[in-house]
Amino acid sequence: MSDVTASAAFVRPTLAEPRDPPKSFVGPFAWARAHLFGSIFDALLTAFGLFLLGWIAWTVLDFALFRAVWSAKDGETCRAEGVGACWPYVEAYWKQFVYGRYPAEERWRPTLVFAIFAATLIPLAMPKVPYKRANVIAFLVGMPIASYFLLTGGVFGLEPVETTLWGGLLVTLIVSVVGIVCSLPLGILLALGRRSKLPIIKMLCIVTIEFWRGVPLITVLFMASNMLPLFMPEGMEVDKLLRALIGVAIFTSAYLAETIRGGLQAIPKGQYEGAMALGLGYWQMMGLIVMPQALKLVIPGIVNSFISLFKDTTLVLIVSIFDLLGMIQASLADPVWISPVTGKTGYLVAAVTFWVFCFGMSRYSQWMERRLATGHKR
Amino acid sequence: MSDTATAATVSASAATDAPAVHMIGVNKWYGDFHVLKDIDLTVKKGEKIVICGPSGSGKSTMIRCINRLEEHQAGRIVVDGTELTDDLKRIDEIRRDVGMVFQHFNLFPHLTILENCTLAPIWVKKMAKKDAEEVAMHYLKRVRIPEQALKYPGQLSGGQQQRVAIARSLCMSPKIMLFDEPTSALDPEMVKEVLDTMVSLANEGMTMLCVTHEMGFARQVADRVIFMDAGQIIEMNEPNAFFADPKHERTKLFLSQILH
Repeated sequence: MSDVTASAAFVRPTLAEPRDPPKSFVGPFAWARAHLFGSIFDALLTAFGLFLLGWIAWTVLDFALFRAVWSAKDGETCRAEGVGACWPYVEAYWKQFVYGRYPAEERWRPTLVFAIFAATLIPLAMPKVPYKRANVIAFLVGMPIASYFLLTGGVFGLEPVETTLWGGLLVTLIVSVVGIVCSLPLGILLALGRRSKLPIIKMLCIVTIEFWRGVPLITVLFMASNMLPLFMPEGMEVDKLLRALIGVAIFTSAYLAETIRGGLQAIPKGQYEGAMALGLGYWQMMGLIVMPQALKLVIPGIVNSFISLFKDTTLVLIVSIFDLLGMIQASLADPVWISPVTGKTGYLVAAVTFWVFCFGMSRYSQWMERRLATGHKR
Repeated sequence: MSDTATAATVSASAATDAPAVHMIGVNKWYGDFHVLKDIDLTVKKGEKIVICGPSGSGKSTMIRCINRLEEHQAGRIVVDGTELTDDLKRIDEIRRDVGMVFQHFNLFPHLTILENCTLAPIWVKKMAKKDAEEVAMHYLKRVRIPEQALKYPGQLSGGQQQRVAIARSLCMSPKIMLFDEPTSALDPEMVKEVLDTMVSLANEGMTMLCVTHEMGFARQVADRVIFMDAGQIIEMNEPNAFFADPKHERTKLFLSQILH
């Protein structure tokens, strides 16, 4: 400004070419210096973090592998001093963990259900696989019907199996998959209803959401299993597992409704107006324009609810339905395998199984988020 | 779908005498606030109207009443012979025939440019996907961005997005086009490309109502210029007379402010 020698006129003769950044700002060493050892305090934190990580990894590996008992006929070896995980116990019991008390000679039926489930879900989850419409129908209609007849039996010469015998991972997956598949559409409808201009519908949705959100899941399950039969007409009986399923689905849908409502509120008014001006009706506007964007925004929240639903399935134990955790806990009472490490081993199996499923859901949702991130990135 | 086909439908409907838009004593309130006061306006088929006025004068609200994005509480609005009532079917019918372009484009960010353009033809007009894509490409060529068809709106410049928005409306073969400040949100370098598109549309005989402050555009294409203030039509004239010899004091003041 005060440079008197500079003239007011300036013309750049040639445009400057882009150049590489200085060497000290790129490469792994520069990264480590900036992010791990930026200052003495940073370096101390890094060292402490690495130490903590190593210590945890060592403790787990030491218990699960190095000190573990790998073969034994009964719990005798596992009762020895200082041993790690008791894997023979898991080997003896894993079928019960997976199938519960489903009759041993009929276990091929749940296995087949698992296979159908995987065969319809995995291609559905991969965007590149064609025939999505047929796949959706197979997953939402074919798979449930096939599973129902296969598992309950009583038709096509299949031995009937009562739901009270179902258990283990089978029940965990049934409750969570049915819960997830049913609660999402229900949650969408409740969210739309809560934003409706029709006062009666709006009020009904608010009451439903607030009631189910205000009640603990344990209470819901307990009421569904013990109180509901009192209100039923004489002789009418609804299966206990079914009652738990309905309870879990409605409970989750109330949470999802609020998550989805948050997404709906983030959609600008212009999107509604753009859709209306083109002549789209309410359901077309919601289904094609608003919902896809709103759901995309709240994927983290939705998956959060799904993960919490998956873990909450363990609460069905309270109404004596034995899910994976229930079966593991029941097996701990077996005097043959009783030992100080049996419980730890069993719970480790439960923890790892639950973690794998939840982490899988989480990773898949993150990947989906990135894939769908078209609109709002600039 | 070709230009001759659209031209034919325009001239065929021009043969019937009903005006494109007929507003009679239209009034509207937001709560207690009286936004539109006794609006009387008749727009003939093929006519181009430019509406200007200070912000909050009700000009956007007025054109938004024509496709029922806003509801009027008194008076009558007849669009191409169909009266706007609470009947949802009629509202849908009118919206099918009335295209609208917004200040902020309102493209659907989760759909590609092509999908933005084919959505309404497929779902509202029940057109086959292939035909709809053909129509969409035709109009994208006309707004000179066919090569962007597979991109997402977020990847386009403001001017390009607004041209897509125009193409999207045209894909429904509307009889009337409403423009609600189409260039106000654009960078200065992009205003011209949008205005050029609108001029060429005007030259093809489209019935247009444009809320805009682009006075050059008004001079070039408008049959009539309307000045609004405080929810009323203050002055209305053909453009040369409107700019050269405004009658009302408020109009003179407004023009002196914006024409410098």
